[in-house]
Amino acid sequence: MTRTLDRPAASPLFRPISTGRRLRNRLATALVTAAFLLAVVPLLWVLYTVLRFGVKVVTSSAWWTHSLSGLLSFQAGGGVYHAIYGTLTQALVCAVFSIPIGLMVGIYLVEYGARSRLEKITTFMVDILTGVPSIVAALFVYALWITILGFPRSGFAVSLALVLLMVPVIVRTTEEMLRIVPNDLREASYALGVPKWKTIVKIVIPTALSGIVTGIMLALARVMGETAPLLVLVGYAPFINYNLFEGNMAALPLVMVSERNNPTPAGVDRMWGAALTLVLLITLFNLLATVVARRSAIKAK
Amino acid sequence: MARRLDLEHVNIYYGNFHAVSDVSLMVPPHSVTAFIGPSGCGKSTVLRTINRMHEVIPGARVEGRVLLDGEDVYGPGVDPVDVRRTIGMVFQRPNPFPTMSIRDNVVAGLKLQGVKNKAKLNETAEQALRAANLWDEVRDRLNKPGGGLSGGQQQRLCIARAVAVAPDVLLMDEPCSALDPISTLAIEDLISELKRDFTIVIVTHNMQQAARVSDQTAFFNLRATGEPGQLVEIDQTQKIFANPTQRATEDYITGRFG
Ligand SMILES: Nc1ncnc2c1ncn2[C@@H]1O[C@H](COP(=O)(O)OP(=O)(O)OP(=O)(O)O)[C@@H](O)[C@H]1O
Ligand SMILES: [Mg+2]
Repeated sequence: MTRTLDRPAASPLFRPISTGRRLRNRLATALVTAAFLLAVVPLLWVLYTVLRFGVKVVTSSAWWTHSLSGLLSFQAGGGVYHAIYGTLTQALVCAVFSIPIGLMVGIYLVEYGARSRLEKITTFMVDILTGVPSIVAALFVYALWITILGFPRSGFAVSLALVLLMVPVIVRTTEEMLRIVPNDLREASYALGVPKWKTIVKIVIPTALSGIVTGIMLALARVMGETAPLLVLVGYAPFINYNLFEGNMAALPLVMVSERNNPTPAGVDRMWGAALTLVLLITLFNLLATVVARRSAIKAK
Repeated sequence: MARRLDLEHVNIYYGNFHAVSDVSLMVPPHSVTAFIGPSGCGKSTVLRTINRMHEVIPGARVEGRVLLDGEDVYGPGVDPVDVRRTIGMVFQRPNPFPTMSIRDNVVAGLKLQGVKNKAKLNETAEQALRAANLWDEVRDRLNKPGGGLSGGQQQRLCIARAVAVAPDVLLMDEPCSALDPISTLAIEDLISELKRDFTIVIVTHNMQQAARVSDQTAFFNLRATGEPGQLVEIDQTQKIFANPTQRATEDYITGRFG
């Protein structure tokens, strides 16, 4: 007892958490959890619905190997390989144009722009292009490619509209990824007597590659689900059309749109089947992106 | 092959900011020259001017002449890429290329200059790593990424990388500032060995280091903030540390500064 008297009465160094803080913590935790559920529930619901109606359709082998050619609207069966072909080729052609253009614009902006007038104008244009709705891009291609230049409506016209949508996304990703490459690496390379272009190709781009690849794959996935350009620029065909430059051509979103007007059970099945197929394709691309990104990622150990 | 380096009335600018004024000095071949001076006086700036790294910064420019064995590196028609191949540089922070293995890091300069011969590259990698005192530590993980090394090892990797392109002059900007005393000693030993093949200029904040490794020492100072940095004096290292001619030098070295 006497010992405690020796010491002056000092408040303890550490105090228990106050009730107010505890309450605020509870409240914030509850809010964050609620927000999370609010975001996740619809997502799972969508997935569940698509799976519930779609699984039985896409598990038939004819789905992947046949088209809807010759089937009457109430007849069950058939498949969508014609639409998968359409979606994939249109996306591929779009990628072939967009990736080099987007990459090069991104590289210009970061490595060569140096706050010039042209850089500012380009950035501004890319910003505007990012905000252009897909239907407007489609109408623009319609006006230019079909009305003025006189080409027919075709899968290729769709690809052109998709290019307009994809290029700004790739420019943005490339730009952001290149900007986070430390300047030290560029200087280290210059100091070894490596010319600037080689520094960009061999040092800067490989360092940023995994991010760029992820961005491109995500952009591609996005573009594959675009519907407006399809509605405006190509007619739907229930049969396969290998010619990207002429004639009606199916794509998965178009199958959904056209089968939605078909009130028979067969139509409903096809619609959900096409929806699930599109989700699967996009998931596949995202997985591919992850794999590629992992393989090209910077290894520390 | 080591070469002689001369700076003649060099003035250096960042845009409108006059960073360094009127530096003239001579660096003999096979010697180590130390740059000392307070922070912000322009040591790094002068160093980067020597191998034309300064002009990489937008708006930066240089007046005066930098002569390598009498030839102006800023002469008309001189390719800065060639200059940097001849005058190598090691930076303050180790900066190995993160996408490359240890071996590829060392021979990155040669590879990017177009050398393809595998045997030659491997041989150069070993020589350079031995020269940088790193070979024994990494010999059985040459294919592992360079980013997995410790800070000191990374710095020696960067020295190996600079040495591998066989420059004539080696510029080092505070190569030991992030290192422990043992790695620092290893790099100092290395510098004394590299002197046989290269002309070396080293920036350091460490007086003992300057005294230990250098043959001549240059003291830079700022008259006042906002004023350009200038070369106060350059002389044999012993002379600078034993009895400098300038009062400012003596104050700086003995720690009586300002
Ligand atoms: N990129 C730049 N743009 C504008 N000014 C710069 C730049 N780099 C350096 N400076 C300025 O130039 C002057 C000299 O800088 P420098 O880096 O050469 O100093 P230093 O002697 O190397 O200093 P430290 O010992 O801290 O490394 C400083 O006033 C600095 O602010
Ligand atoms: Mg410095």
